[in-house]
Amino acid sequence: MLLALFLVLTSWVQAAEINVWHAYRGAERAALERAVDDWNSAHPADPVLPLAIPYDAYNTRLEAAIPRGNGPDLFIASTERVHAWQRAGILQPASLDTSQYLPATHAALKIEGEHYGWPLAFKCLALYFNPELIDAAPETAEELLEAAQRLGTEERWGIAWEATSAYHAAPWLHGFGGGVVEGENIVLDSPENAEALRYIAALADVGPKDPTGSLISQLFNEGRVAMVINGPWFAGDLREVNAEVAALPIINATGESAAPYVTVEALFLAQGASQPDKAAAFARYLANDRAIDRAVNGRQPVAAQVAWEHPDVIADPLLAAFRTQVDTAKAMPAHAEFDQSWEPLARALRKTLRGATTPEGALTEAQTAFEILTRPPPPPANPTFYVLLASLLVLTSCVVVWRWTRRQDFTGWGFAYRWIAPTMIGLGVLVVLPFVVGSAMSLFSHRDGEWTFIGLAHFFDILFARDWPAGHPLSFYFTLVVTVAWTAINVALHVAIGMGLAMILREPWVRLRGFWRVLLILPWAVPSYITALVWKGLFHRQMGAINSLLEWFGLEPVGWFDSFLTAFAANLSTNTWLGFPFMMVVVLGALQSIPRDLEEAAALDGASAWQRFRHVTFPMVLPVLTPAIVLGSVWTFNQFNIIYLVSAGEPDGSTEILVTEAYRWAFTRGHRYGYAAAYALLIFGTLIAYGTATARLTQGKSKS
Amino acid sequence: MNRNPSFWTLIWTHAVLVLAAIVVLYPVLWVLKLAVTPAQSFAAGISPFPDVVSFENFAAVLGSTDKTGAWLFGRQLFNSVVVAVITSVIGVVLACTAGYALSRWGFPGRDEALGLLLVTQMFPGVVMLIPLYILLDTLGLLDALTGLALVYATTAVPFCAWNLKSTFDTIPRELEEAALLDGATRWKTFTLVILPLARPAIAVTALFSFMTAWNEFILAATLLGSERAYTLPVVLQSYVGDYGTEWGLFSAGAIVVSLPVMLLFYVLQRHLVEGLVAGSVKG
Repeated sequence: MLLALFLVLTSWVQAAEINVWHAYRGAERAALERAVDDWNSAHPADPVLPLAIPYDAYNTRLEAAIPRGNGPDLFIASTERVHAWQRAGILQPASLDTSQYLPATHAALKIEGEHYGWPLAFKCLALYFNPELIDAAPETAEELLEAAQRLGTEERWGIAWEATSAYHAAPWLHGFGGGVVEGENIVLDSPENAEALRYIAALADVGPKDPTGSLISQLFNEGRVAMVINGPWFAGDLREVNAEVAALPIINATGESAAPYVTVEALFLAQGASQPDKAAAFARYLANDRAIDRAVNGRQPVAAQVAWEHPDVIADPLLAAFRTQVDTAKAMPAHAEFDQSWEPLARALRKTLRGATTPEGALTEAQTAFEILTRPPPPPANPTFYVLLASLLVLTSCVVVWRWTRRQDFTGWGFAYRWIAPTMIGLGVLVVLPFVVGSAMSLFSHRDGEWTFIGLAHFFDILFARDWPAGHPLSFYFTLVVTVAWTAINVALHVAIGMGLAMILREPWVRLRGFWRVLLILPWAVPSYITALVWKGLFHRQMGAINSLLEWFGLEPVGWFDSFLTAFAANLSTNTWLGFPFMMVVVLGALQSIPRDLEEAAALDGASAWQRFRHVTFPMVLPVLTPAIVLGSVWTFNQFNIIYLVSAGEPDGSTEILVTEAYRWAFTRGHRYGYAAAYALLIFGTLIAYGTATARLTQGKSKS
Repeated sequence: MNRNPSFWTLIWTHAVLVLAAIVVLYPVLWVLKLAVTPAQSFAAGISPFPDVVSFENFAAVLGSTDKTGAWLFGRQLFNSVVVAVITSVIGVVLACTAGYALSRWGFPGRDEALGLLLVTQMFPGVVMLIPLYILLDTLGLLDALTGLALVYATTAVPFCAWNLKSTFDTIPRELEEAALLDGATRWKTFTLVILPLARPAIAVTALFSFMTAWNEFILAATLLGSERAYTLPVVLQSYVGDYGTEWGLFSAGAIVVSLPVMLLFYVLQRHLVEGLVAGSVKG
C-alpha cells in the first residue's frame, strides 16, 4: 500500500512537463500541437507542454526569462539570432547526428565546433507563379523582368514581392556577385551591390507599391499577380489559386543564381533546462520522427534527410522546388555584427526605391550607418571617480533632506502619512525603483550579455552628436525637434478639436446630445495599438481607403510614408483621432461648472461670439485645461504605439520620436540597453524641464 | 445667449457633429468590415461596409479551445476581467485615500508628493520592462495575475489620484467639519460624507484603471506563463505575426476586446463628464 503510494508520488513528481515555447500561428501551430499530443500519449511520464507567445514579445521574453532560470526547456526559433544567443549564454549545445539532416541546415547551427539546437525545417525564398498567367518560370533575371513587365495590366501585376526588405534583396545581391560579408568585413557599398539595387528597383517598379505579406497573398489569391517571390510560409496563404514554385533565376551578367539566405527553424535547448535529456529526446522526435508528417501534412521543407526519401515528399512539387533552391541558397553569415546590417540595408533599399538617391549614394550611407551602429563600445571607466561623485550626490541629498525635515513640523500629521503611504510605497517599489534601476543601466555598456561600466560616456556620445551629426534624422537633436513638434501639434489639435466639439455639445438645443457624446468618445475606448494598425492599413498606398478616397475626388494617390511631411501627417491624424475625446470630455466637464450668466451679460453688451469665447469662456476653462494639457503633452511625448506601428519612423527614420528610438536601441539594434537607458533619461530630463517651466508659468500667472 | 439659435446655427453645428461622427466611425466600420469578411487580408476600397457578412472569424476567436477541449477564450476573458477588476479596486482605493489626503491636509511633503505623481507619468516605459521583470521575479509574483494587477494599478494610480484630488478640492470642507464636530472619525467622515459626493469621479477613476489593465499586452506577454493564464490582448497580439497579420481574426478580436470598454463608456458617459477633472473649477 505504502509502496503503491510511493510509486504514485514519484511518478507524479517525475511528470514535470517539458516546456516548449514557440511563436507559431495557424497551420504550423496545429501541426506542432498534433505532434505534442502523439508524444504525450506515447510518453505519459514525460509530457510536453507547448506555449505560444506572441511574436512581438518572443525575443524579449526569451532573453529576460532564460538567464533568470524562468525559461523553457526547449524553444523554437529561427537561427537568425543564434550567434547572439550563444554569446549571451542562453543556449546549451545539443548532441546532433549531423548525417540525419541536410548539410545547409545543420551548418546554420554550428558555432565553434558545437551544434546548438536541432534543425526542424529550412526557409528560403523561391519563385511562385500562377500557371494560368505564365507557362513556366523565367530562367534568367532579364527574362523575369521582361515577363513581369509584359504581364502587368491595369488590373494586374506581373510580380509582387517585398522589395524593401533586406532579406528579400539578398538573393539579388548574391547573384550580382555582391553580398554583405566580405572576408572579415561587412561591406555594403560594393559596386556589385549597387548593380543589384538597380535591378531590384527596376523589378520593384513593375510590382504593387509597398507590398506587405498579407497584401501579396490577397492579390495572388485573386489572380491579380502572375509571380511572387516568397518563402514556404506563403503556401499556407494560397487558397483559390493553383501555384507552382521554381528556383530563383540566374543573373545574366554573372551567370550566378540569385541565391537567397536559408534560415533554419530549430529547436533550441535553453540554458538551465530542467530536464535536458528528456527535452533532447523530444527534440529528436520532433525533428526526425515527425519529419515526414510535417512535410506531407504541414508542407514544411523539413531538415531531416529521411523525409526527402519518402515518395509523398518527393512527389510534392512545392517541397521539391524548395529542396532544389536550398542547394544554391546561402547560409546566414556567422559574422558577429551581421545582424546590425539589416537596418541600414533596408533603409538603403527604401531610399533607392523611392527614387530619393542613387544606389551608390544609398549604399554609402548604409555603410556609414552600419559603422556607427557597430562602433566599439566606449572604454571602461574608472569607477573610483564615479563612486566619489555618487557618494557626494548621496551626501548632498541627505543634507538637503535633513535640512528640509528640520524646517518642517511633523507633529500631529501621522494620520495623513498613513493615508498616503500605500500609494507612495506602491509607486516607489513598482514604478520609481524599476526606473532608477533602468536609468542606472545608462552608465553601463551592454554587448552580448556583458555589462561594462563606462560612466557618462553614453550621454556625451548622444549630446555631442558623436554618432550622427546633429542634422541627421537619426541624431538625438533631430529626433528631439521632431518629438517636440509632434507633441505641440498633437496637443494643439486635441485641445482645438476637443474644445470646438465641447462648445457645440454643451448647447441645450443640440438634438440627441447624449448620442453624439457617446459616439465622439468612441476612439478613447479603442486600444491604441488597434487604432494604429488599422490607420496604417488605411494609409496604404494602393490598398488603403484614404488613397481610394483621394482618387474618388479626382486627386493623385499619395505615397504617405515616402516623405517626411506626409508620414508625419499620417501619424498626426491617427493620434489626433485617438486623442481629442479626452480633451473634449475635460472641456465639457469644465463648461458644466461655469455659470452662463457672464456670457449672457457679455452677449447683451454686444460682444460677438468669438469675443465672448476669447474673453469670457476660455479664461474660465483654462485653469482646468492647464493640468490636462500638461498631462496630455507628457503622454503624447512618449506615445510609442502610434509612431512605432503607423510610420515606423519612415522615411529614413525621420519621423521617429525619442521613445521609439530608445526602444530600437534597446531591442532591435543589438540590445544596447545602456544606450537606450541614456536616451530614456534624456527624455525624462526634457519632460521634467517642461513640467517645471509650465508650473512656473501658471504659478506666476495665478499670483499676478 | 442663443436660447433659440438661428436656423443656420442649427445647420452648421449639426453638420460639424455629423462630419466628426463620420471621421470617428470610418476606421471603426473598417474594423467591423474586416471582422465579418472571411479573408485574412486588408481589403481595398473606399466603402467601409462589408460585401459579405460571415461570423467565422468571431466563431474562431470566441470558440478557441485548448488541447483538452476546455474553452480557452472563456478562461482568457475571465483572466482579463479578474486582472482589470483587481486593478480597478486597488487603483480606486489607493487613489481615493491618497487623493483625499493630498486635497485636505497640508502635511509636510504634500507638494513633493503631488509633484511625484506627475513625475511618474514622465518615465519612459522602455527602460522599465526588464527591471520590472527582475523585480517581480524576486518578489515571486512572476506568472501571477496579482503581480500584473499590482503593476497596472500603480501605473494608473497617479492620474487617478490627481483626478480625485481635484474633485475633493471642490467639496466644501464645512461638510466634514460638521461631521467631525459630531464625533465621527476621519475614516467615517470620508466614507460616509465625502465618497458619495465624489461618485462620478470615482467611476471615472475605476474606468481608467480598468482600461489600463484591459488593454496592456507587452508586460502580460512577457510575464504570463501559460495560455490558460493569458489575457485577451496577448491573444489578440498573437494574430499579428512575423510574416503577416491575420486581419480577419485580429479585427474580430479587436472588436471583442474593445466592446466591454465601449459599453462601460456608454454606461458611465454622464459621470465621465462630471468626473474628469471637472471639479477643479471652483464655481
